[in-house]
Amino acid sequence: MARMNMIQAINSALEVTMARDPDVIVMGEDVGYFGGVFRATAGLQAKYGKTRVFDTPITEIGIVGVAIGMGAYGLRPVPEIQFADYIYPALDQLVSEAARLRYRSAGDFTAPITVRSPYGGGIFGGQTHSQSPEGIFTHVSGIKTVIPSTPYDAKGLLIAAIEDNDPVLFLEPKRIYNGPFDGHYDRPSKNWGSHPAGEVPEDHYRVDLGTAATVRVGNDVTILAYGTMVHVALNTIEELGIDAEVIDLRTLVPLDIGAIEASVKKTGRCVIVHEATRTSGFGAELSALVQERCFHHLEAPVERVTGFDTPYPHSLEWAYFPGPVRIGEALKKVMKD
Amino acid sequence: MTDERARANLQPLSLHVPEPRFRPGDPVDFADVAVPPVDAARRPDTAADPRSFHELAFGLVRVLELDGTAGGQWNPRLSPDQMRRMLRNMALTRAFDERMFRAQRQGKTSFYMKSLGEEAVSIGAAAALADDDMCFPSYRQQGILLSRGCPLVDMMNQIYSNRGDKLMGRQLPIMYSEKRFGFFSISGNLTTQYPQAVGWAMASAAKGDTRIAATWCGEGSTAEGDFHSACTFASVYRAPVIFNVVNNQWAISSFSGFAGAEATTFAARAIGYGIAGLRVDGNDALAVYAATQWAAERARTNGGPTLIEHFTYRAEGHSTSDDPTQYRSAGEPNAWPLGDPVVRLRDHLIALGEWDEERHAQMDRELAEEVRAAQKEAEKNGVLGHGMHQPFETMFEGVFEQTPWHLKEQQAQMIAERQAAGI
Repeated sequence: MARMNMIQAINSALEVTMARDPDVIVMGEDVGYFGGVFRATAGLQAKYGKTRVFDTPITEIGIVGVAIGMGAYGLRPVPEIQFADYIYPALDQLVSEAARLRYRSAGDFTAPITVRSPYGGGIFGGQTHSQSPEGIFTHVSGIKTVIPSTPYDAKGLLIAAIEDNDPVLFLEPKRIYNGPFDGHYDRPSKNWGSHPAGEVPEDHYRVDLGTAATVRVGNDVTILAYGTMVHVALNTIEELGIDAEVIDLRTLVPLDIGAIEASVKKTGRCVIVHEATRTSGFGAELSALVQERCFHHLEAPVERVTGFDTPYPHSLEWAYFPGPVRIGEALKKVMKD
Repeated sequence: MTDERARANLQPLSLHVPEPRFRPGDPVDFADVAVPPVDAARRPDTAADPRSFHELAFGLVRVLELDGTAGGQWNPRLSPDQMRRMLRNMALTRAFDERMFRAQRQGKTSFYMKSLGEEAVSIGAAAALADDDMCFPSYRQQGILLSRGCPLVDMMNQIYSNRGDKLMGRQLPIMYSEKRFGFFSISGNLTTQYPQAVGWAMASAAKGDTRIAATWCGEGSTAEGDFHSACTFASVYRAPVIFNVVNNQWAISSFSGFAGAEATTFAARAIGYGIAGLRVDGNDALAVYAATQWAAERARTNGGPTLIEHFTYRAEGHSTSDDPTQYRSAGEPNAWPLGDPVVRLRDHLIALGEWDEERHAQMDRELAEEVRAAQKEAEKNGVLGHGMHQPFETMFEGVFEQTPWHLKEQQAQMIAERQAAGI
């Protein structure tokens, strides 16, 4: 075991899978010699050489399209998109190609690629360094969407994603690369130093895709969250003294519906929290599923605390971000009934 | 708005919107389409610097003269057997297309796309590539599958979406996938296969393999962003890939001017990327063979990618859903100055004394019979619209390697709904 922040855990996952499988290759803008703008691929090129870890031209269509072709050859590429805000040029390759390849060829060809991309706000990233596009991809059949919230999960989920034979979008909440953000932007930031999930095995392990984690057991209300919002939600309920059950979804597709259903049936209340904009966001799917499966157990309408339906603003970030105040209000509202 | 007075002495700008030379009803005259003699194009060393390809990117590599003689530096000097095999594959592709086009008109399938007039592009390339080189085709390279020996019945089963369809009725007709014949799954989304082919080639190089990749798109599709990304990647990593641009003059109803052909050639695009560029007579099977063989050798010796523009003409409508008389002159296909690829190779073999009209007619009869027999066989597995030939619950399978709960639930719901409805 070693102390790792999320970047180090991701780096370790790449290192471990590359050591075990010569077909794993890492590619993307600035990932090679430099080691990535967030340092996630630091040291990998020196260790595994330029044919396994290489810098690419600045073309997201090309990065994902080339990775798909490498996957069809028999490699297991892990392309990086520098910010999730820049994944849109590659949308056609992801939606029309990676996600459909197994289905349209009846298994003749597959795309065992893992697209890593930093996502989410809380860093004054403005409109194009803060977005949370997961809902675009959860809407696409054939692609898995994974979002870790701790160093331990980041490594285990990334290894599982790389070893998975389906295309995986692996979104990394960059706000918590260095520490578990509690939503209080005006207080000193924490690091992963004392967090139990900052303790990470140095060798190979997997956190299975499709499994949620109940990170706090409680009785009064279920909070469904992922990424940075897991920590913001946990801190908010501690501050308010609410006995909430917090479920970190970890994988959005395929979703751990069993964990959600069992918890909401127990608590009778549900608050969904995500950074992404509200309309047609993944929270809408979660809300619909809870309503369909737990209707007779619900004591109050399902609440969603999300980013507003606007582009991500720069100077108004902390009014936009679904922080402790907004989560607290939603919890009070569902607990009132 | 701008200040009118301050700009009053400037010429007004005008927007240029390209217009094809001939519209329905117009007489056709292709006199300005340059058809240089076969000895006009030099054959450079396969290691030549990409910067030295200017005249080849604007010229036309040709081997067969229209009178049936062959010559020039690019003459691949194939044996009569090799040429007869290519002739047969082109004629087979034409017979197959004819039969399947008719099957669509008879309502046996929803859709078909012919490659009439472009058979040399596929067959010439397939003959020059190794059988295990990987092809990333568009939807108009059925000739590659036929060249590589894919059973006609398998292709027809896919076209009919019947019980024998290996793609389980999931794909639009002609969107084949045949890994065993090195033929990548065809996508409806144009030019997505270009960067994928580069990736496959890069993987082959990274692994120290000896296989190369080849990919095809139409001239219209070169306008897609994938084309640019693929060329950049291929150049940067010197990927062992062959880019084929089939310039058949038409992208559905848009003439090649809307892809930029008024200003330059498609082969010339290669120069800007630092890729070798060849412009080839696409109706000359021997020229296509020679260019592909050259590009394959360049790729196999780590010389990097080549872009080949195949200058040809789409003699039929875009698809069974298209009527070309609505947008182009009916006289165009017959006036095309580069002739018919089957006729040209046939005449060459006849001129060599290695073929004759009678043998050709006999071959056509045999191929028509072969296709007819395959069709009969395929139709035993059903045709489109006559019931569901695949168990309907299979539509939920293969989205992922393992079917997740939500798809299993939808599958169970569908089965229950159909049972309740008595169907």
